[in-house]
Amino acid sequence: MSREWIKGPLPVLVVLPILSVLTYATTDMPFFIYLASITGVNVILAVSLNIVNGITGQFSIGHAGFMAVGAYAAGYFSRALAGVQLVFLPEVVSDQVIFLVAVVFGGMLAALFGFLVGLPSLRLRGDYLAIVTLGFGEIIRVFLQNTEALGRALGLRGIPQRSSLLAVWMAAFLTILVARRIVSSSHGRSLLAIREDEVAAEAMGVDTTGYKVRAFVVSSFFAGVAGALFAHFVPIINPSSFTFVKSMEIVVMIVAGGLGSTTGAVLTAIILTLLPEQLRTVLTSGAEGTDLAQRVDQLRMPIYGATLVALMLLRPQGLFGTRELWDLWPRSQPKASDP
Amino acid sequence: MSALRLISDSLKSNRPKGAGSRPLVLCLGLGMALVVACQKKPGEGASEASPERAEVSKTGAGQAVHSGQAATAGAGAGAEAAAAEKPASDSAAAALGAPEGGDVILLGEVGSLTGAQATFGISTRNGIELAIRDINEKGGVRGKKLAVRVYDNQGKPEESANAMTRLIAQDKVVLILGEVASTNSLAMAPKAQASQVPMISPSSTNPKVTEVGDYIFRVCFIDPFQGFVMAKFARDHLKATSAAILKDQKSDYSIGLTEVFTEQFTKLGGKVVSTEAYAQGDTDFRAQLTAIRRTKPDVLYIPGYYTDVGLIARQAKQLGVKSVLLGSDGWESAKLFELGGTAIEGSYLSNHYAMNDPSPAAKAFREKYKAAYGATPDSLAALGYDAAMVAADALARAKDLSGPSVRDAIAATKDFPGVAGRISLNDKRNAVKPAVVLKVGNGTLEYVTTIQPDA
Repeated sequence: MSREWIKGPLPVLVVLPILSVLTYATTDMPFFIYLASITGVNVILAVSLNIVNGITGQFSIGHAGFMAVGAYAAGYFSRALAGVQLVFLPEVVSDQVIFLVAVVFGGMLAALFGFLVGLPSLRLRGDYLAIVTLGFGEIIRVFLQNTEALGRALGLRGIPQRSSLLAVWMAAFLTILVARRIVSSSHGRSLLAIREDEVAAEAMGVDTTGYKVRAFVVSSFFAGVAGALFAHFVPIINPSSFTFVKSMEIVVMIVAGGLGSTTGAVLTAIILTLLPEQLRTVLTSGAEGTDLAQRVDQLRMPIYGATLVALMLLRPQGLFGTRELWDLWPRSQPKASDP
Repeated sequence: MSALRLISDSLKSNRPKGAGSRPLVLCLGLGMALVVACQKKPGEGASEASPERAEVSKTGAGQAVHSGQAATAGAGAGAEAAAAEKPASDSAAAALGAPEGGDVILLGEVGSLTGAQATFGISTRNGIELAIRDINEKGGVRGKKLAVRVYDNQGKPEESANAMTRLIAQDKVVLILGEVASTNSLAMAPKAQASQVPMISPSSTNPKVTEVGDYIFRVCFIDPFQGFVMAKFARDHLKATSAAILKDQKSDYSIGLTEVFTEQFTKLGGKVVSTEAYAQGDTDFRAQLTAIRRTKPDVLYIPGYYTDVGLIARQAKQLGVKSVLLGSDGWESAKLFELGGTAIEGSYLSNHYAMNDPSPAAKAFREKYKAAYGATPDSLAALGYDAAMVAADALARAKDLSGPSVRDAIAATKDFPGVAGRISLNDKRNAVKPAVVLKVGNGTLEYVTTIQPDA
């Protein structure tokens, strides 16, 4: 009994020091930090979209819209408070506190949008949600592009760069943890029931719309968080970063990883983010003359595309199907998995 | 109840206990493949390090397995894999860096080689490539050859920041050339400023770009200058006494040009008789044009983009507006002739560079470019060429190759003979240089004159 309480926060207590050490050890590697941050953001996006698309079986293709809401909300908030320092705290700590509040604020606003979009559209089934989310993503982008205060097409500049490896990967870790715990909770069982057969689930008394909206709100929240983090390490956020193409990239990640598998979402998010960058390293280092290297750089994206096609042909169910890495170890107490 | 059992059973059957090992193997295999892939480097040091590093990523995942922290395994392995490739790429940079230290000075370039703005990026890259070739043929700079490492940013600001970080942190370039689009330049500039690596943008005209800091330069004029050019042209060459303006109220560019034009035209003794506004994407401009027609201006200035301008020109002609239309570099597009038809002929626009500029430097550049790429260079290619030339000139003059010295050398650029006009950099790090005025003909833009900035 005395050891039960530690099970909740234990993963966080384990990961926090690891990430802190990693962050400390890599302070003078800006490129690694940048790449790791982008990767972390994509992991959050993929895992959060997987909650809706994979676990609940609804098809949302407007995830970049929620990311944009989070990015602009947090970016605007942080920029407005850029010169403010909380009196009772030293500057560095105060900055981080404001950053944290900005990230949560970005997430909350995205969640609110998720609620507003989800409430009417999640009553519908199948492709309707896809169309509504697609429309939402585009509306957000067009809105941002035409709002003077948000910098229009030029984008929002001057956001204090307060993000760190620790912040991004801690958020990514929490997203994974939440996704995992949702699945093994009674909520998660209902979500899975909706995915497998919505009519049967409804017949069993599952409030399908309610659960779908909840999943959608959680998913949007983390997309907003991802956007907020993104805004704090990219010097300028611009509507063209949150297009339909970005949404599709995230969908590709979870489909390639296996719809419904959080492990798959994490892994493919990492691979698909690093692949173009690694191809750049491999391709340019293979060529001796810089002239050839320049030409070869343009081949990255076709190779990336071909890799995806090959993957889908060889493993149509995605890398992991619906399996998870943690299925390997049976839980020590079967009681814990029971609702 | 049985349905629930059915569902839970189906869930169970979806996840057989033992079957999870295959994804794990796959995951480890992919991770290692990734690590091994980035080891493929020329040079001997890399092959020694390879098994060691693969070991690191394996144990990283292994530890997570033992601690039972399933969730960390994914994240941990990812972080380890990412961590592992950092030293790998570092050693690559070092391997390439050895000869570079000897006889090559490495510059960086970020451009949109793919994506929606690819034509801009490729023109610029060709211009830069040609400049580097010219410099190296003449013996290079400081007895060393110049080399450019180009990274594609797909036209995205976050990719630009990424490529920028890579150029600075890994390739350790002495100077960076790029980007065309102001948004991308704005994403890159803070990185350059923070690490004190000078950056020269060939063709970002938004005034905010060089305001980022004292390491950011450009070899083109800024947007508002074109307003000045057109006002001067209208007064001095067209002898216009009255002007009307139709501005795009949704674009900073258009608003900036309008302000400067109004100020300058009035200063030169002309009169701006009416200023009307439209919004980008409008299709009906008759109300504004009717109001303008009533004031009978000699010239009508439309600082906007070709998509709107084509329609405006057509509707102006239909309404019988007799004024000469004046425009800016936003007009430059093959689509302008299609959209504007005969209505746009006889108009004038300001630009960076004329494809048929008769000056000997521009002519020589055109011939070289045509021989190398089989096409007539556009203004982006010319500006790319100039940016690389200014960079080489500054590198030759700099005390040493450190960031601050190179920065000072660039800032001291005076009267540099570029193919798109003589370049002097002012205290705001913007180029003070002439603009050309072109006349719209039947499917062509004819060079009319060159307007110098006020000394």
